[in-house]
Amino acid sequence: MDTKSLVGTYNKKGQKIVEPEYMLFEAPRTQEFMTGSEVVKEGIRRASVDVSIAYPITPQSEAAALVGELYVEGYVGEYFRGENEFAVMSECAGASFGGARVFTTTSGPGTLRAYENFPMWAGSRLPILINVMVRGVNSPLSIQPDTLEMGMILETGMLIWHAETAQEFLDFLLAGFIVAEEPDVHIPIAVCIDGFFVSHTKDMVMLPPADITLTPYDPYRSPVPCMDMEVPPIRMMRDPFVMKSNYISYATHASWQQEVRAACERSRKHTIRLIGGLIEEERTDADILIVSSGTAVAQGREAVRLLADEGIRVGIVKIKTIRPFPHEELRQATKNAKLIFVPEFNVAGWMAREIKAILPDNERVIAGPHVCGGMTMPPEVIVKEIKKVLAGRKEAVHG
Amino acid sequence: MVKYRVEVGPEAYLPPSAACAGVVLPDPGQALIAGEVVHEDVGMEEAARRFLSAKIPTIFPGPLVLWNWNEKSVKKATAIKAMYDELKAHNPEALLIPMPDYRPKYPKINPEVEINPNHPNLTIWHNKIDVCMFVGVHCHQANLSLKIIRGGTNCYTIAMCAQAGHEDAMLTFRDATPDKIWMLVEAIKDVKKTL
Repeated sequence: MDTKSLVGTYNKKGQKIVEPEYMLFEAPRTQEFMTGSEVVKEGIRRASVDVSIAYPITPQSEAAALVGELYVEGYVGEYFRGENEFAVMSECAGASFGGARVFTTTSGPGTLRAYENFPMWAGSRLPILINVMVRGVNSPLSIQPDTLEMGMILETGMLIWHAETAQEFLDFLLAGFIVAEEPDVHIPIAVCIDGFFVSHTKDMVMLPPADITLTPYDPYRSPVPCMDMEVPPIRMMRDPFVMKSNYISYATHASWQQEVRAACERSRKHTIRLIGGLIEEERTDADILIVSSGTAVAQGREAVRLLADEGIRVGIVKIKTIRPFPHEELRQATKNAKLIFVPEFNVAGWMAREIKAILPDNERVIAGPHVCGGMTMPPEVIVKEIKKVLAGRKEAVHG
Repeated sequence: MVKYRVEVGPEAYLPPSAACAGVVLPDPGQALIAGEVVHEDVGMEEAARRFLSAKIPTIFPGPLVLWNWNEKSVKKATAIKAMYDELKAHNPEALLIPMPDYRPKYPKINPEVEINPNHPNLTIWHNKIDVCMFVGVHCHQANLSLKIIRGGTNCYTIAMCAQAGHEDAMLTFRDATPDKIWMLVEAIKDVKKTL
């Protein structure tokens, strides 16, 4: 089956199957007022999803329940609640091994409980889309937004995209399936949003029509054998055991790990095409920049407005993809900057570390301000941090 | 920064992945030679020259063309056999060694009759292969194998890919169809006339 040949045909719900480019860029859109959780429902309705499995955990529970409604309506082929997050992600793997387009959601402790599955997904080249609605991890208990768990999944081999708004979230969901399923990519993708700030807050979202849907997943374009019990040889293994204690097996394993990272790199081309690049930038000719991802960028925008009222000019760089990390894009975007502030919703400051690792003259990078455990980050906190650093600098910095 | 080139090995104990070293796959109508994008026709001619000048040119057909999956597989297999026949007519040392599946072979592979993506170097070393082509191999297994070959052997690798190509090969084509494989057969014939 060639799914491209399905373009123009209709699925069992009467939705017309369209090219991703049409869905993302050409289809007429209407404005709706909805939460991020509702965005999940509408995104999945238009995404030809075969299987969705989840286990409830705040704040993603509502989104998973709404996908269940789509199953009842007939838009999702199979849907159920698993025993726990580890079981859920294992079941997602099974569905994907069998050629299904798979969607799941998780948050905080659920992400950590499932953790082992993520590198297994990547190593098996399973293009599962997981929506991570980030929150605090215990202890102490917090269900409010905190991006620490994103730092914990950086090296699992998945693509990692971070949406700032509900609109961006919708577009990332739709584009995420397509990028992840490209034959030269074909690894899982984590589409992250900040729980509650995006998942439970209503925002204006431009929706494509509900009577169109993405092309289905084509497992026969997979870079690894699709399990097909109808066509011989049926026992072709996806993940051969390379556990012998000798050089040959070690070299195979190392090459395999490299190939997963290579797949992440290959996604750059497709990402640029479908979501307009790995970063977005505004006024990057300014001496001062705020660089971050997710709703830290949104708060940064407000801080920029407040600073502008005081005659201080600050630019913005929004990081949209964290894996692959936008190395070259950031180098170019920050080449004029004398100070780079990285506000983050986590105690660790992992985004600042990622940025410092790739920039020349990385003393320019100020890690912070930070909040964590579910605290909000008032824009005034960012303003205060910038002004404090400016006051302490001997070197003149001009906006 | 010096641009990374995908050259004949042995390159290193563990060479980098070409994609992680900045090599980008070709677009439709293009090929890659040593990590540089060229027109597909240039790639065809280069592949033909490499094969015809090799001491032991070898084709490694993979599961996608070895097994009778569908009509396209049959057509590809026919074209690959024709390519092998053309090479054999020119050089009796030419080899056609299948990659029937992807399981590691323990305790030992028989390198005269098969290649396996998990330890391709054993077959290449045993047969002293200096130019080879991967065709009909799933992309993941192909790239896995091509990295190991580049790391530990002096074999020039060519990859004919039905999808987006394999940047870990010294020369790669994308969107391989039966017609494209026949194009390479014709390129071999044309270059042969010039020798």
